[in-house]
Amino acid sequence: MSARLEGELLEVSMGPQHPSTHGVFRMNVALDGEIVVKLKPVFGYLHRNHEQIGERTSYLGTMPYTDRLDYFNSMSNNWGYALAVEKLAGVEVPERAQYLRVILAELSRLQNHASLLGFLLSDMGAWGTPLMYAFREREKVLDLFESLAGSRMMCDYMRFGGCRVDADAAWMERAKKIVYDFPRFLDEFEELILENEIVIARTQHVGRVSAELAISAGITGPMLRASGVNYDLRKVDGYGFYPRFKFRIPLGEHGDTYDRLMMRVLEMRESIDILKQAFEAITPGPITNPKVKVRGFRPPAGECYGRIEGPKGELGFYLISDGTGTPYRYHVRAPSFINLTILEDMCLGHTVADVMVILGSIDIVMGEVDR
Amino acid sequence: MESLEQIKSRIEAAIAGASVTIVPNPGPANQPSLLIDNEHAFAAVQFLRDDAELRLDYCSSVTGVDWLDRTVKKTVKVKEIVDGVEKEIDRAEEEKIPGYLEAVYHLYSTVRKHGPVIVRMRTTDRLDGAHLPSMTPLYRSAEFQEREIYDLYGVTFEGHPDLRRILMWDEFEDHPMRKDYVQPDDFEYEPTPHDEVLERAKEHYSERPTIDGAEPVSTQP
Amino acid sequence: MTGAGILKGMAVTARNFVGSYFEKERLTTVQYPEERAPLPENYRNFPFLVFDGDEAQAGLRCVACQICEKECPPQCIYIVKSKDKKPDYMGKPQFYPATFDIDISVCMSCQICVEVCPFDAIKMDKVYELSRRERFDALLMDKHELAKSNSYYHGIHPTEATEVDTRLAEAAAKKKPAPPATAAPPAVAAAAKAATSAPAAEAVVSGTLPAKPTPPAT
Repeated sequence: MSARLEGELLEVSMGPQHPSTHGVFRMNVALDGEIVVKLKPVFGYLHRNHEQIGERTSYLGTMPYTDRLDYFNSMSNNWGYALAVEKLAGVEVPERAQYLRVILAELSRLQNHASLLGFLLSDMGAWGTPLMYAFREREKVLDLFESLAGSRMMCDYMRFGGCRVDADAAWMERAKKIVYDFPRFLDEFEELILENEIVIARTQHVGRVSAELAISAGITGPMLRASGVNYDLRKVDGYGFYPRFKFRIPLGEHGDTYDRLMMRVLEMRESIDILKQAFEAITPGPITNPKVKVRGFRPPAGECYGRIEGPKGELGFYLISDGTGTPYRYHVRAPSFINLTILEDMCLGHTVADVMVILGSIDIVMGEVDR
Repeated sequence: MESLEQIKSRIEAAIAGASVTIVPNPGPANQPSLLIDNEHAFAAVQFLRDDAELRLDYCSSVTGVDWLDRTVKKTVKVKEIVDGVEKEIDRAEEEKIPGYLEAVYHLYSTVRKHGPVIVRMRTTDRLDGAHLPSMTPLYRSAEFQEREIYDLYGVTFEGHPDLRRILMWDEFEDHPMRKDYVQPDDFEYEPTPHDEVLERAKEHYSERPTIDGAEPVSTQP
Repeated sequence: MTGAGILKGMAVTARNFVGSYFEKERLTTVQYPEERAPLPENYRNFPFLVFDGDEAQAGLRCVACQICEKECPPQCIYIVKSKDKKPDYMGKPQFYPATFDIDISVCMSCQICVEVCPFDAIKMDKVYELSRRERFDALLMDKHELAKSNSYYHGIHPTEATEVDTRLAEAAAKKKPAPPATAAPPAVAAAAKAATSAPAAEAVVSGTLPAKPTPPAT
């Protein structure tokens, strides 16, 4: 019997307090039965006008605020902002500081991707266990951040032309041990989930994104590469010392949720490779540029767009300086905000339970989406 | 990638009547941009996207900038006849530069892996004339970002499929990223011991000097 | 075989469950508050004011230059400079903070105040159990609550505190090129006058105490 009931659409307001919306995010969804026919995201519950705060604070004073954008990756955010300001002012960064930045950014990527996998599994209904395993690993990286920068999440570690504190030999040994032990967790995690029939049924062919749409919609990061587009700023821009490292860019084929999940696992393996090379290559030396003043930092008038490959995608900072101590214009190109552009396209035709999985695979942090 | 001059001349050759200006960018970053007139901007950006050489298929960042009205004070030497004798006098003149809102697009190519080509558009003024053509039909990534500019700066993008406020709530009236935005006194006011601190902090922040010695003119009555 | 993947996953959870009884690696939680994880030396929380000697208010290193107040990004510091001068830890008269408040409900622990302080007077504390029953005044720390001794500073950040002490001792030695014992008091007073009348900005660039040449003792 294939008779179809005709009825009205059901409008559901999902969020902002739902645990799987990763913070305070709302979607106005119209449902035909269980199938999504319309989805409009609603933003702004965490909006604090980060950009205006940046326009009335000194260049240095904005650094701790960038920690609070994507609060999982304060190290990457610091680097993105420092990179933009260094470009704007033409500041050189000493060699050791460059290696330290690579090490910390890749550690940050490791813990971000690990916790994303945990959250995604949690969204699929695997409550607790995978998330706890992921957080156990993340905790080790956060302990490293804490012993170096003084804080687990709000690191505020990088400065224009260098880094704030140097890592001693003991720290390096600890970091090495954690990185060399990390594949054990990855092997176990892959065993835990990747062949799981439920995971496969929930993720394969769900939320497919074509390469053309992904490029046009400005999707970046692992989500873009899951659609098979080879675009990684570590290779394209070659910022920092990334050209000195040998690593591969994992690419997906189908652009579905399973590919996006796999992309994170594979990227973690590449990050471990980069970290191992960095531990070998790093040499003692100064970590700050003595020409840069701590107080009263004034870049010359001009404008600049600096971007890095953050764990969630292209993190860009656009700055206009008028020669004073505060930027005239400070703009953050937030990857998880722009990755949400095609959320509706991805969800149409799927069931309401799939919306959570698709949203989870985008990897958003509301601190960055709402800014 | 070709130089900006070459791109400029190619746009002007391809699109009749398009006026493209190169906006120089002093300073070490050296990222000059193309200022395109509003009427031909859509066609010009489409040309940049589809051109076989450039293939700028990825619009990374879209953002607004607010430039206030300003007056530039100059002293001009004028010859005048005073008491039958010709004398050279310094006369202060003021040139009024009207303010405008700007939308800045950073275009990259994922195929050729080059960029950025920075495209700017300017509104005629900061009030009723704050209209610009929307690039959302060309780049989906502009959809939310143009909504953000509409919300925070008050630029209306013509041709945008779904232009609504995005970060502020729908009933909100002002545009909080504008330089002359004044915070209302009455939202969620709480007496904190911090108020005194804020009051004192004002003393430390002097009025912002503008780029070429011009003085900002407030649009507030 | 359907279900093989699930069984494989179950084996992993079983390994972790059993392993948590034997391996510290697999059971990393601690039973707070009975058990506490040790804090790393670099850990930072909220700022405090360092004093030398035994008397807290007399020994404050802070000279109320208000640099930290200006640089603080969320503007949580509030300073009122004193009208009179009191001798500082080196015995020369300096201004002191008549009021020094930090609103720790606003402070975001960025430690920019520590980085910009040219007198090594403000440092980051490690106390983290700060919950209060009242939201506003209870979280506003005044200078009596903020003042902590140099030995306390040595206790929480030993490496950093030793560096600071060495730097201060060097600056002090540079400032006093051993004047004759009888003429010491006026010379010190004159040196202090020269130092305090110098613009604050000069003191900042080097990041240490201003090293002014001492006028010859006459």
